[in-house]
Amino acid sequence: MDRMPAWADAILVPLISLVLAAGLSALVILAIGEDPVAAVKLMITGALGSSYGWSNTLYYATNFIFTGLAFAVASHAGLFNIGSEGQAMMGGLGVAIVCLMIPWPHWAMALPAAILGSAVFGALWALIPGWLQARRGSHIVITTIMFNFIAAAFLNYMLVNVMRPETSMDPATAKFPAGAHLPTLHDVLAVFGIPFSKGGLANVSLFVALAACVLVWVLIWRTRLGYEIRALGKSESASRYAGISPTRIIVIAMLISGALSGCMAINNVMGEAERLILNATEGAGFIGIAVALMGRNHPFGVLLAALLFGFLYQGGSELALWTSIPRELIVVIQALVILFTGALDNMVRMPLERIFAWVRKETQT
Amino acid sequence: MDLITLLQVLDSTVRLATPLLLACLAGLFSERAGIFDIGLEGKMLMAAFFSAAVAFVSGSVWLGLLAGIGSSLVLSLLHGVASITFRGNQLISGVAINFLAAGLTVLIAQSWFKEGGRTPSLIGAGRFNSLELPFAETLQGVPLLGPIYAELISGHTILVYLALLCVPASWWLLYRTRFGLRLRAVGENPAAVDAAGVSVIGLRFAAVAICGVLCGIAGAYLATALQAGFVKDMTAGRGFIALAALIFAKWRPWHALWATLLFGFLQAVALRYQSIELGQITIPVQLMDVLPYILTVIILAGFVGKAVPPKAGGEAYVKER
Repeated sequence: MDRMPAWADAILVPLISLVLAAGLSALVILAIGEDPVAAVKLMITGALGSSYGWSNTLYYATNFIFTGLAFAVASHAGLFNIGSEGQAMMGGLGVAIVCLMIPWPHWAMALPAAILGSAVFGALWALIPGWLQARRGSHIVITTIMFNFIAAAFLNYMLVNVMRPETSMDPATAKFPAGAHLPTLHDVLAVFGIPFSKGGLANVSLFVALAACVLVWVLIWRTRLGYEIRALGKSESASRYAGISPTRIIVIAMLISGALSGCMAINNVMGEAERLILNATEGAGFIGIAVALMGRNHPFGVLLAALLFGFLYQGGSELALWTSIPRELIVVIQALVILFTGALDNMVRMPLERIFAWVRKETQT
Repeated sequence: MDLITLLQVLDSTVRLATPLLLACLAGLFSERAGIFDIGLEGKMLMAAFFSAAVAFVSGSVWLGLLAGIGSSLVLSLLHGVASITFRGNQLISGVAINFLAAGLTVLIAQSWFKEGGRTPSLIGAGRFNSLELPFAETLQGVPLLGPIYAELISGHTILVYLALLCVPASWWLLYRTRFGLRLRAVGENPAAVDAAGVSVIGLRFAAVAICGVLCGIAGAYLATALQAGFVKDMTAGRGFIALAALIFAKWRPWHALWATLLFGFLQAVALRYQSIELGQITIPVQLMDVLPYILTVIILAGFVGKAVPPKAGGEAYVKER
């Protein structure tokens, strides 16, 4: 079968999938007796109609950029890392330890240390499944699912029995000291004289996430390691003949993926909650899968998809606040996006390929 | 620990193992036919909701069970269409199904019952009640065997006995029938089955449908027998524990029974005791909760016997032209 032009593959297919997912979501809203048009309007004003809405949209997007990039990097190596959730939880532990152990004089010193802490914890949590896949052939999907549960239980134990302050009943750590407080987007933009919502959740981690996009792009398409990762993902036997060690690349790809997931914690733990709480990740690890699928595993695509999901999350919260539509609507939309852009990809692609082949034949004759 | 306490723990082991067993057998059929299914959780959840909702509205638990099976089948067929017909990624499809169920159940529950994403409590004929096996009362007095019969063997709902029956039935179907042989072959070497003139797609759809029915019963059991009604996320990872049990059992029916009983026992102990003190060491309850997962990782790593999945698992079959 003739291949489609690159633009159709990169833009048209995801766009059609997205339209299908949106259409079905609208039907779902209709089915529960609400007005889809009003719902979309409310979501847009709630997420994009004020600088407060924008701030929260960008906050959620920051989480999803990290987990989306994490899934994308593993995908390039042909690995299905469903363990972002657990890795991000462990990243939170790393951030909490860094922020609570050392009395930081200034955030500019605390942030790099926290990035390191979260990345190391996330990477180590991904290392074991990666190593088991590479050396023992244990299926990485199953091990990373198991590691999500193990991480949740471990964190539960740490928060209830070890890190909880004695005076508190809450299963959470103490509040981080003031020196580890990250500036919000309001503070950052105020330096340039741009007025921006004070109450929103977005913080300086957004810029770390944007930097991570660039770094991942450089890594995947401009370095030798990135080439080896992509080669392994395309064909293990071919890369083996080319002298690439699959074991090494699997472990390294999982380390990078885990580190990226872990880094999400600087946004949600250090930037927002400023203490480690139970279930701090709120499923962002799984949304990373949807984001990476929609973004076609390209950092720029991941960025756009993360913004879309950030919009959905903030808009969905507003919907739940003002209407009787529960927040779970976003979970349904997310499921439909994963379904159409991921599992049913061929359903969209096959007819399109046929159309393009037909058009090409027509123009030739 | 005295006999009665032990029996009570074992009794709740059986209760808690039942949904795991049904889901595990469901996964077994699907994966033996070469279709990975990480959407067991979602199918159970969907069935739990629809069984509770229909049982509440109609007042009949049997109609509820049917609705549960039906809703789970719909998700199964979706998985089939995505991964067999359109040759999509089976893992991604499973993830999507889990989210779809998690979202839709709460959304519909809120829309229908307006009780914060749950169904009203089921009473009377709206749920499965426990069956007293004959002579349970009279035999109570017999030492040892009497209490075992009355506490452990008698007094479960019909779905528990059905689940236990599913074990020999699955074994027979998989290992003693032509259909079973073909189903297992299609998970190992679909090309050979195709060459023999048997439809790979048909067999795989049949396997996925069986998986849907079993998941449906498992979900209905959760909402109408183990508990009285649906609550948000009530499967609580059971679909994944069942997946773990499947690996633990190395994709074999009888071993699935032992694995799910073991995991059910761990759940029963964690439920009854907050933490266990063994002399100097205290085992936290969180460790009991995750022991199934840790054991599975160890098994998967091949340190204690190797778990080898069906060879063609996870790959769509493309006919050679």
